[in-house]
Amino acid sequence: MIHTPNVDWFALSPSLALLCAGGISLLGAVLVPRRARRPFGATVCAFGFAAAIVAAALLYAFSPDGHGVISGAIQRDRLFALAAMIIAGSGFLSVWVSATEPMPDDHIAEYYALLAWAGAGMAFLVSASSLITLFLGLEWFSIALYILCAIDVELVGSLEAGLKYLIVGGFGSAMLLFGSALVYGATGALRFGEIASAVSAQNLSHDALLVTGLALMIGGLGFKASAAPFHMWTPDVYEGAPTPVTAFMSGATKTAALVLTLRVLVTAFPQEARLWTIAIAVLACASLAVGNLAALVQTGVKRMLAYSSISQAGFMLIAIASNNALGGRALLYYLIPYSAMSIGSFAVVAARERELNEPVTVERLSGFGWERPLLGVSLSVFMLGFAGFPFTGGFVGKFYVFAAAYEHGWIWLVIVGLAATAVSLYYYLGIVRALFMRPSAELQLAQVAPVAGGSPPPERLLQVGVTAALVVTVGSFFAVEPLIEAAKQAADVLF
Amino acid sequence: MDWLTTALILLPVGGALLIWIVPLNPFAVGSTALLVALAEVGLWIDAVSKFDFSQPGLQLDQQTSWFSDLHVSYHVGLFGFSLWLVGMTVVVMAAAIAYAFWAGRDRPRAYYGLMLLLTGALVGVFAAQDLLLFYVFWEAMLIPLYVLIGVWGGAGRLRATIVFVIYTMAGSLLMLASIIVLGLSQGTFDMIGSGTNGSDWIFLGFAAAFAVKAPLFPLHAWLPEAYRESSAEVSAVLSGIVSKAAAYGFLRIAIPKFPGPTSDFRIPILVLAGCGLIYGSLLAFRAPDLRGVIAYSSLAQLGLITFGIFAVNDLGLNGAVLQMVNHGLISATLFLLAGGIERRAATGELARLGGMARGRPALATVLMTTGIIALAVPGSTAFAGEFAILSGVFFTGWGWAVVGAVAIVLAAMYMLRLISAVLHVRPGASVSEAALDLRPAELGILVPLVACLLVLSAWPAAITDRSFVSSPSAAVRQVLP
Repeated sequence: MIHTPNVDWFALSPSLALLCAGGISLLGAVLVPRRARRPFGATVCAFGFAAAIVAAALLYAFSPDGHGVISGAIQRDRLFALAAMIIAGSGFLSVWVSATEPMPDDHIAEYYALLAWAGAGMAFLVSASSLITLFLGLEWFSIALYILCAIDVELVGSLEAGLKYLIVGGFGSAMLLFGSALVYGATGALRFGEIASAVSAQNLSHDALLVTGLALMIGGLGFKASAAPFHMWTPDVYEGAPTPVTAFMSGATKTAALVLTLRVLVTAFPQEARLWTIAIAVLACASLAVGNLAALVQTGVKRMLAYSSISQAGFMLIAIASNNALGGRALLYYLIPYSAMSIGSFAVVAARERELNEPVTVERLSGFGWERPLLGVSLSVFMLGFAGFPFTGGFVGKFYVFAAAYEHGWIWLVIVGLAATAVSLYYYLGIVRALFMRPSAELQLAQVAPVAGGSPPPERLLQVGVTAALVVTVGSFFAVEPLIEAAKQAADVLF
Repeated sequence: MDWLTTALILLPVGGALLIWIVPLNPFAVGSTALLVALAEVGLWIDAVSKFDFSQPGLQLDQQTSWFSDLHVSYHVGLFGFSLWLVGMTVVVMAAAIAYAFWAGRDRPRAYYGLMLLLTGALVGVFAAQDLLLFYVFWEAMLIPLYVLIGVWGGAGRLRATIVFVIYTMAGSLLMLASIIVLGLSQGTFDMIGSGTNGSDWIFLGFAAAFAVKAPLFPLHAWLPEAYRESSAEVSAVLSGIVSKAAAYGFLRIAIPKFPGPTSDFRIPILVLAGCGLIYGSLLAFRAPDLRGVIAYSSLAQLGLITFGIFAVNDLGLNGAVLQMVNHGLISATLFLLAGGIERRAATGELARLGGMARGRPALATVLMTTGIIALAVPGSTAFAGEFAILSGVFFTGWGWAVVGAVAIVLAAMYMLRLISAVLHVRPGASVSEAALDLRPAELGILVPLVACLLVLSAWPAAITDRSFVSSPSAAVRQVLP
């Protein structure tokens, strides 16, 4: 007889809500008339993400102390709940961005289904507390994203993006799986807590198998978080994928990957802290260097944002490398404005893409700020937020990250971070410069009527999404206390 | 708990949001902005009347926790000397906004909104009593300035903004590193009641930010372009107020927080200030255009103010505060006048100007009065300020006082050159007979500024007796109570 563990359905509720939403919107492909498919899918998907936010909020409220459920395969705690909220929030915003994307109607139901399922996988991943669920969650959302990247077959580069992501992502998954196998081989344990106790019980902290496994796992997670030197897929995939998908990936994938990295390293490998803090710090420095320097020379806005997301990953890795409560808090806080800024800026790019009907370069943003003040001001605020200017959550996030590094005693990491910030100003302010300070005259010619056939889709929905992102970005600066308190509660389960 | 300081910060910000959100016609936008700026002056007068100059310590203060785990709070309040700097700020900003309203600017909603936002940020810098809050306002100054120069500036504005931002951000980020280290090591970011620190590196981080923004001598490369490419009123704000924010930083943070490093680095800083003083004066004497003269004279004056601050004694500090207010008013007046002259002659090149006094008595009088005050004629408020600074720095070493005295002679040379090149000699190529005298509206803007200077000339003790209670150097040395 097979022993079945007790299943805590409540702990799974964010993922379940999203799975249901995905299923329903997939049914829409056969049951709903073609015309209504797009609004139907978007609505169902939005409700799914909203339900996931509510479920995660309830989980947060009712899980004051963390404990393993389903025989320790997943962890029900506030870290998971807060991360699931950020992921579901990112998904919710992405639906608003997707709603007006001129995509062919053929695959619209699948699109929303996959979006919800990817969200479900990420929400599951952040709760993982064993090597099996870790891999399961990772593949779950990755496979959904592979297809999402390639879903718009008429878009130049979309297929290529999907394929590239599939191959490189597959490589990353393989690394992670191999690393997990080595760790299991060394310790004989699958659950994170048991790995830690096995290491201390058997005095394995210098075991070659274990350390190699750890290194491979960090590499595999680095692929998903797009940390240098595992970043090379990022610019191509971000550029090629449909912009709403890019928006979702940049916000939610990074949240899932980074939160999971924090959880694995802190709960499973506390004895190896001396090794992995340095490894993560090196990854952080590499990401900051590669992301910032490469972003300087980009002309395409999506590529530039892709490199900027690599450098932002570098900042958040500093928080993980600090390996202290302040670092955990910094990471969870930073993810909130970061996701909003990231999705918001890709949303504005999507709007401009639609106007021009071709890829957006920095040049082609000239004068956009005066033509469309709401989008222009929002994009400027997002850029200033990435650069860490006050009155955006990005400032407070960076401040906490540096504070965490300082508390760990790594002033050199603070200096590296500040130098990276200084470099990043050039390209972030370059966008503001293009938006407001360059004349737009010669560009009017390039404008093409959006979407062949039919009236342009209503911009309102996208504007709502951008405004929401703006509110989160600016609001998180003023409402630091409640957000940091939530992040503190979440991070305290680890430290 | 007193809302007045917060009101001083929030009123212009609220005005900016109002202008951005409510769709008004251009005229209504300009007049709303002007009204808000004048209301801000009124609010400041109210603050002066409520301020008890015989009491030491922070007044009109307010503190609310912002994020408690790192002990960062929204803490604002005013000291005697910051009250005067706020006063100078609100008066100059009102004049600048009035000038923009009179001159007319494209895209008025964006323009006046940013000007008001800048007002709020500047008042915030002078009022912040928490290190991180200070940094927030400090950075908040940069964003409106960046856009104001970059959008409404002259032909070379893009380059000017890039240089300006690179320089100031390099300084600011060093200051942020210092703030993080200082705040976390002392366990609170509050400036009141936290002790002193002896770290040279932290001091240098702060000093870098202030030295760039002032600017001090080798870090002034951004200055000529930024001052030339901005519109006249933005230049007035840059040289009048923003540079004072840097001097204020030295006075409020660098010296009281770091008594040890201050005495270590006093002499190098005085040397840089002296170089800036002489070099700036010489460049001002050689500058080919109006803005160049005023810009480099600003570099020189900041050197002089730094002299006063780093004399670290009663006379020097009192003189520095007075001179900060003086120079704010003088350079703002001069830049606005330069703007008016450039509008009339379509150029600021001194070689193409001249003979403007004939038939334009109002212009001649205002420029002459301001110029005479600027070159520190005995009896003027600038004389009072510079005299106090020089006698203060005399106690550090007589050589410094000699350098300062030489600079005052140079100041007379470049100011007289400016005055005669514009007003006297033979009429320049670009000055047409039809060029008008100052219009009543311009007089309405400039006369109050000059009147402030004349009042201070008659009564400089209004500021020197009311900046610090008892002895400023003791107050500064003991970490401003």
